[in-house]
Amino acid sequence: MLRQITDNKAMLVGCILIFIFTATAIFSAWLSPFDPFAQNIRFRLKPPGETYWLGTDGYGRDILSRIIWGARISLTVGVVAVSIGATLGILVGLVSGFFGGSVDNLLMRIIDVLLVLPTVLLALVIVAMLGPGIFNLMVAVGISNAPRFARVIRAEVLAVKKMVFVDAASALGASYMRLMSRHILPNTLASILVLSTLRVAQAITTEASLSFLGLGVAPPTPTWGSMISDGRIYLRTSPWVAIVPGVMIMLIVMAFNLFGDGLRDLLDPKLRGSKANLAR
Amino acid sequence: MDELEDISRRVLVIIPTILGAVTLAFLIIHAAPGDPIRTLMGDYDAPPEVVERLKQQFGLDKPLYVQYVNYVASVLSGDFGTSLRTGREVLAEILRVFPHTLFLALGAVVLAILIGIPLGMISAVRNNTSFDHLSRIVALLGISMPSFWLALVLLLFLSVYAGWFPLVGAGELENPLSILHHLFLPALALAARDAAAISRLTRSGLLEILRQDYIVTARAKGLAEKIVIYKHALRNALIPIVTVISLDLGYTLGGTVVIEAVFSRPGLGSLIIQSIYSRDYPQLQGAIMFFAFCFLLVNMTTDIIYKFIDPRIDYKRAL
Repeated sequence: MLRQITDNKAMLVGCILIFIFTATAIFSAWLSPFDPFAQNIRFRLKPPGETYWLGTDGYGRDILSRIIWGARISLTVGVVAVSIGATLGILVGLVSGFFGGSVDNLLMRIIDVLLVLPTVLLALVIVAMLGPGIFNLMVAVGISNAPRFARVIRAEVLAVKKMVFVDAASALGASYMRLMSRHILPNTLASILVLSTLRVAQAITTEASLSFLGLGVAPPTPTWGSMISDGRIYLRTSPWVAIVPGVMIMLIVMAFNLFGDGLRDLLDPKLRGSKANLAR
Repeated sequence: MDELEDISRRVLVIIPTILGAVTLAFLIIHAAPGDPIRTLMGDYDAPPEVVERLKQQFGLDKPLYVQYVNYVASVLSGDFGTSLRTGREVLAEILRVFPHTLFLALGAVVLAILIGIPLGMISAVRNNTSFDHLSRIVALLGISMPSFWLALVLLLFLSVYAGWFPLVGAGELENPLSILHHLFLPALALAARDAAAISRLTRSGLLEILRQDYIVTARAKGLAEKIVIYKHALRNALIPIVTVISLDLGYTLGGTVVIEAVFSRPGLGSLIIQSIYSRDYPQLQGAIMFFAFCFLLVNMTTDIIYKFIDPRIDYKRAL
């Protein structure tokens, strides 16, 4: 497996970038050169240089330190939100695909309703209902991701449940619970893993969009989306304040996309070239 | 007759989804934690008699199912309520700003097609050349960068530094040139992701088709390369691209929310954001429902058009 990862250069790049971002998020307290919250008006809007490698923002805070701390928020929101979405989506998809009939019909109509709103908009509506804050943000992004998981898992379950080994287990007296958890779910894991990786990229973008709109994590906590939003007013005079966090979002989203695409090729060759990576 | 049956089946199946969207909009105000009126009042601590009077005014003193039935009935009769912020009719306000959102979404889709298909075609024809590598990297960056950030970068270089495009606004509706001038940058920012996706899909689709036997035959019988690519290969590669474009139109509508905020453009997205900031729930409910209707309408129309493009599609089986 390791050999296959190293052979796929794009996947390797994605893997290395994810490793760097994760390490940065974990060790942010040690890695950041300055206090990301410390304001110093005397040094506001300093361009990138020797002391402040990536410059300072409108309050004189070190952008590099805030970027390093922002990685923690982005990754946490991305991973937790996708875990919430995957759990909900897997439950719905599994039950829907396994039982079929009116259960399937009802659940899929609910999913249809949630799918009429694009992810960002659905997350926006949920945040509007729950109020801002990091926990609500993760729940909102998570729920808005759930319908995509439900659809994919349901399709997988429909295919797997027709296989002979499921009939055999059923004939041996396995209960519905056992059939679903021991025989069907493990065979959908490859798709879940691939979709999760690709959806983390999407969740990070959604979080950044909501933070950019002021509906994400409250200030002064550094998030890349809110840093871009803060930098908007200095775009003419100090463009680095908004540009640098955007580059970071682009890199992390690219990393998850590359890794997800590679993982798909590795785990599920029949999905190769599919539109899963384009799914919003 | 079969076509007609297929189309009516497709139209009928969206009715429960529309009802679901109305229910979702109804739930926005009721699912929020706490008393809806207190939520509407925000930080203002209103006296209990005022709260009671408002409850009666909005019909919130009735049982939930009565409220729901009343809400569905008024929505179906075209009454989306009154905005708490402006006092104007919600639907009138939505229809006033909607053309701007529609232009933005359509502009983005057109730009995505104009950029994505030629880029993917050249990339496929010049497979493994430096152009191909470069365009694949550009496509990867296009898919990965957040649209609102790209919008700011475009604003910085093309508006602030070069002065070619206006910084904010949507132009005057009576002046088509002014609309197009204001539309280009936001549409480009919104189109980047779709253009990248379309270019990737065109490239991979064409590469696969160029390996087919009938392409070898076409070349063997001495047809010009242009005819082989345009007439034989591209037409067949277009079918999945049409699907992605049709799917994307709905999502592009979603992308307008953030882009409208960056360019301070009026539109459905801006209306939604304003409603959230000002806790104008009737306006938010109306805008969300309208959005959902548009999305369903776009999907249904493209499904029907698609049926004519590719007669092999059978909705009886798909549903």
